[in-house]
Amino acid sequence: MSADLYEQVKKNPKFQQLVSRRARWAWGLAAIILLMYFAFILLIAFTPQWLAQPMMSDSVITIGIPLGLLIIIVAFVLTGIYVHKANTDFDQATQQIISETEQ
Amino acid sequence: MSRVYVLMLLLFNGLGQALAADAVQGEVEQQVLNMPAVLMFLIFVAATLMITYWAAKRTRSASDYYAAGGGITGFQNGLAIAGDYMSAASFLGISGLVYLSGYDGLIYSIGFLIGWPLILFLIAERLRNLGRYTFADVASYRLAQLPIRTLSALGALAVVALYLIAQMVGAGKLIQILFGLPYEFAVIIVGVLMMLYVTFGGMIATTWVQIIKAVLLLSGASFIALMVLSHVNFDFNALFEQAIAVHEKGEQIMGPGGLVSDPVSAISLGVALIFGTAGLPHILMRFFTVADAKQARRSVFFATGFIGYFYILTFVIGFGAIVLVSTNPDFFNSEGLLRGGNNMAAIHLSQAVGGDIFLGFISAVAFATILAVVSGLTLAGASAISHDLYASVIKKGNADSRDEISVSRIATLVLGVVAIVLGILFERQNVAFMVGLAFAIAASANFPILILSMYWSRLTTRGALIGGFAGLATAIVLVVLGPIVWVDILGHAEAVFPYKYPALFSVVTAFVLIWLFSVTDNSERGEKERALFEHQFIRSQTGIGAHGATKH
Repeated sequence: MSADLYEQVKKNPKFQQLVSRRARWAWGLAAIILLMYFAFILLIAFTPQWLAQPMMSDSVITIGIPLGLLIIIVAFVLTGIYVHKANTDFDQATQQIISETEQ
Repeated sequence: MSRVYVLMLLLFNGLGQALAADAVQGEVEQQVLNMPAVLMFLIFVAATLMITYWAAKRTRSASDYYAAGGGITGFQNGLAIAGDYMSAASFLGISGLVYLSGYDGLIYSIGFLIGWPLILFLIAERLRNLGRYTFADVASYRLAQLPIRTLSALGALAVVALYLIAQMVGAGKLIQILFGLPYEFAVIIVGVLMMLYVTFGGMIATTWVQIIKAVLLLSGASFIALMVLSHVNFDFNALFEQAIAVHEKGEQIMGPGGLVSDPVSAISLGVALIFGTAGLPHILMRFFTVADAKQARRSVFFATGFIGYFYILTFVIGFGAIVLVSTNPDFFNSEGLLRGGNNMAAIHLSQAVGGDIFLGFISAVAFATILAVVSGLTLAGASAISHDLYASVIKKGNADSRDEISVSRIATLVLGVVAIVLGILFERQNVAFMVGLAFAIAASANFPILILSMYWSRLTTRGALIGGFAGLATAIVLVVLGPIVWVDILGHAEAVFPYKYPALFSVVTAFVLIWLFSVTDNSERGEKERALFEHQFIRSQTGIGAHGATKH
């Protein structure tokens, strides 16, 4: 790979677009995960009794249980969203950038 | 053994997702030889040895040996990652924790899972595009090879060694209980099989052992959970009601139970789990077994799905054990304690729902689980020795690839023998702190350099070296001065460092020092390293110049 090739990629405005778009998605989703997790941890540390109250009057299932399961499911769904976005949109843009670069 | 003590061990061992040591604590009585378990285990061994033979014939190049030639698909790698990550301890330890204190088990599961999406968003594709066989390839991409490879290899070997010892001790005790085999014999079997898989079959055999194990563990756990749910006619409320009715803590099992009490410990544990997962050498190595960034991403998607599903199962299994095991006197010894300890809850439950044959199956799965985890660890350790230390540091990148693989095979044998010897020596030691320490080192030494080398253009060798060593040292010192080692093992009255998890402090130390000694680095070499970032950045984003899959 010659230095020239990298120079061409760098100058391609599509590359800059790809980089900022990917960064927005990656950091945005990472922020959601971190906020969700540390909010959960702080709930446990400061108001465990809130998590331990029943969801409905005729049920013993506490708020904490569906909330915990929801975190697991959200984590999985967000990975799915990112993989879909990256494997279609980002990869297409990458292919385009590479094909526009003189070999 | 008091409940408080068990709880404390469990708390710390919660860190040890790959640890079987927390499966069994203290003295264990050897059981009678469990024939169905032994038979099923022999079938597993025969199958995996056949795979190893097949893999050995296909292992020709260094790429085959370290990275299965890059020919693993995203789905297969997702299963293999899950197989590498879901250990006997996640299965037995977390279901045992749910059995003991209910909701707290779920808190742990979530901590172990939450690192995965972050690995996907921030690490997986760049790692795949930049590296070849080990994470040190990426960490040292534009930095000085000799010091950074050495530091990364040390970090990797420290994590591998601590993990391996904990695994071997756990394996010996677990097998003693499940199979009725003597401790030393069990440790030697694990060590020898692991050496066979890794030496002859390299990454191809290791991957398939992990895939088979993942499938067996997921199906076994699914079956137990299904039987539990059918017992309560698929009514979750009924399951929880019955559990509350028989559990000594009653309704308390439905909420947080004080395992994570103060905010500092809680956040520090979170930091260790998230960043530690992203700094485990055997996990990072799995990303080089797929063809490209696309498959690397798919790997994490499937891995997250399987691991998340597995943790939901362990939660159901734990509650199932409260209902079906804690009420059955057959599972308790004369002192009224659960036979084999609380972490045997899932094992007893398998007998309660599926009889002796299914108990044998689950026991064999637990054994297979340990084998898959130690194989991955050993391969990662051997690669750090052959690829990072031998080929890059000693031979300065001019090693013959055949020699490099020979070194790796010898390293595997040495690691195997060391693991067996230490496993036997540490039989009566408290190894619980080791996996916690491994996670702390991964989070404080490996992870900061890896992530900054990919994201921060101003990182220099000087900063990485000083910060990385400081993170490593801080993690070790704080664990030694903390409550687990200083008080429980060394017998001092009060801990010098009050928290069980040092990660928050050691990770921050590493990042701050890396930053400080990088920005103040005015050397010519530092300038060159910063200039190289752009090139690295383009490759990490586009995959131009990345190592692809080798075709046969």
